[in-house]
Amino acid sequence: MKNSIKKTTPYSDMSFATEPTRMVRFMRSFFIFQIYNFFKLNLKVMRIVVGGHS
Amino acid sequence: MAKVVVLGAGISGHTAVSYLSKYLKKDHEVVMVSPNSNYQWVPSNIWVGVGLMTPDQVKFKLAPVYKKMGVNYKQALAVSIHPEGDTEQKQGFVTIKYVSEDKKDTIEKVSYDYLINATGPKLNFEGTEGLGPKYFTESVCTYDHASHAWTKLKSALEKMENGEKQTFLIGTGHPLATCQGAAFEYVLNIAFEIKKRKLLHLAEMIWITNEYELGDFGMGGAYIKRNGYVTPTKIFAESILKEYGIRWIKRAGVQKIEKGVAYFENLEGEHKTVNFDFAMLIPGFAGAGMKAFNKNNEDISAEVFAANGMMKVDADYTPKPYEEWKAEDWPLTYQSVKYDNVYAAGIAFAPPHGMSKPMQSPNGTKIFPTPPRTGMPSGVIGKIVAQNIIHTIKTGKIEHKHKASMASMGAACIVSAGYGISKGQAAVMTVNPIVPDWEKYPKWGRNINDTVGVVGTAGHWMKLFMHYMFIYKAKAKPFWWLIPE
Repeated sequence: MKNSIKKTTPYSDMSFATEPTRMVRFMRSFFIFQIYNFFKLNLKVMRIVVGGHS
Repeated sequence: MAKVVVLGAGISGHTAVSYLSKYLKKDHEVVMVSPNSNYQWVPSNIWVGVGLMTPDQVKFKLAPVYKKMGVNYKQALAVSIHPEGDTEQKQGFVTIKYVSEDKKDTIEKVSYDYLINATGPKLNFEGTEGLGPKYFTESVCTYDHASHAWTKLKSALEKMENGEKQTFLIGTGHPLATCQGAAFEYVLNIAFEIKKRKLLHLAEMIWITNEYELGDFGMGGAYIKRNGYVTPTKIFAESILKEYGIRWIKRAGVQKIEKGVAYFENLEGEHKTVNFDFAMLIPGFAGAGMKAFNKNNEDISAEVFAANGMMKVDADYTPKPYEEWKAEDWPLTYQSVKYDNVYAAGIAFAPPHGMSKPMQSPNGTKIFPTPPRTGMPSGVIGKIVAQNIIHTIKTGKIEHKHKASMASMGAACIVSAGYGISKGQAAVMTVNPIVPDWEKYPKWGRNINDTVGVVGTAGHWMKLFMHYMFIYKAKAKPFWWLIPE
């Protein structure tokens, strides 16, 4: 979100926080990468849930 | 023939009753006691709170589903439990008070062979003066609250469209509140909706939390391996808030709300205020407020329940400092500490201690998150409690073959950060185990390879997918049992 740059005041809490680059933001909505992430994350969640109880 | 009574039709109780009815209904009786006429998929209340779903999309009527399952459904409030019976009957029973129109206020004794207490939390708005939809702040804890929140939010957005600046205060409304994740989702969704309407220049958004550092989420934070570094969730949470233009106030225990003003104390003992036009603050949680009595009708609530009203189970409740907390303090079977045929599932069981380090201000005010028990562990606990009871009924042996400690169970949390098939965003977080185990994982407290923190559209798809999948499952449609908790 572009407004965050305007809202950052030096030495405020927010000024010490990291912020994603344009590339990272692009990848967050890039369809092919997100399809891959969708299956990868679902698999991971499934494995954790099923393995967590007996 | 055995009779199993389940109190509460939330995620844990409904899961338990689904498995009980599937495996016992032909030969045994399964009873559900719940004051609610609807099941609600709580995680989607966030979308009701920003007007992207209606309450009808996140709830459905329980009566037809229980009729299909063969469950004896009583729309009533559980008032007290009598595990030893009383002078009139030897068998344990629950006293219930009907809330349904046809039997309203009728009192009934419901006897049981096995009891599952899954009454969930009482939303303790009374714990903070002026908190809640009846007073000056909103909530997204139920679909009714979320719908009310959307009405108020819509009004604030209309004011902004007319050029009026608005301040949004979202977070925790009690020094010991939990469920930071839900409030975090809500503030991100509000920011997303404001940006969509191109009104960011008129919005001041503030996240207020009782966490020592952001990203604690009541589970003592976590570490994420990503891009060549292992970073704490503090970095993750702060980064998202900064990106969305939300400033934050941490280590804050909200103590009182007046119209447009929240009063809080911070860990340094300072008393401060913050103004708002719209506020959604999560209340503290307490037990459902049931009492317990022995066969002589003496009040034994203190033996059965912890001070917060949640039921004591097979956990180690010995008070000890944070440094001595251990994974094995956490319960495995959720069997009552006092009665073998009574169990507590989901939020109804009393945790042995927190996960976040207890903190207090110089004035003695405790300010830290209490432990969360979200949908996934609640569902798993409901399932294993049901499985153990089914096993006992079928074999006559209490063996507890199924166990699910929150200190060995993983969980996923999908934090919605905006709605839309192509532009929607969500942060997917997984941790394993939920409760840090510093003996097994001395460096990071958890299995670092299972801990994930990823933001993207895939997360939004997952949250949508889970919405439809779990409502399908809760409706007990064909092959529902193939969907894991």
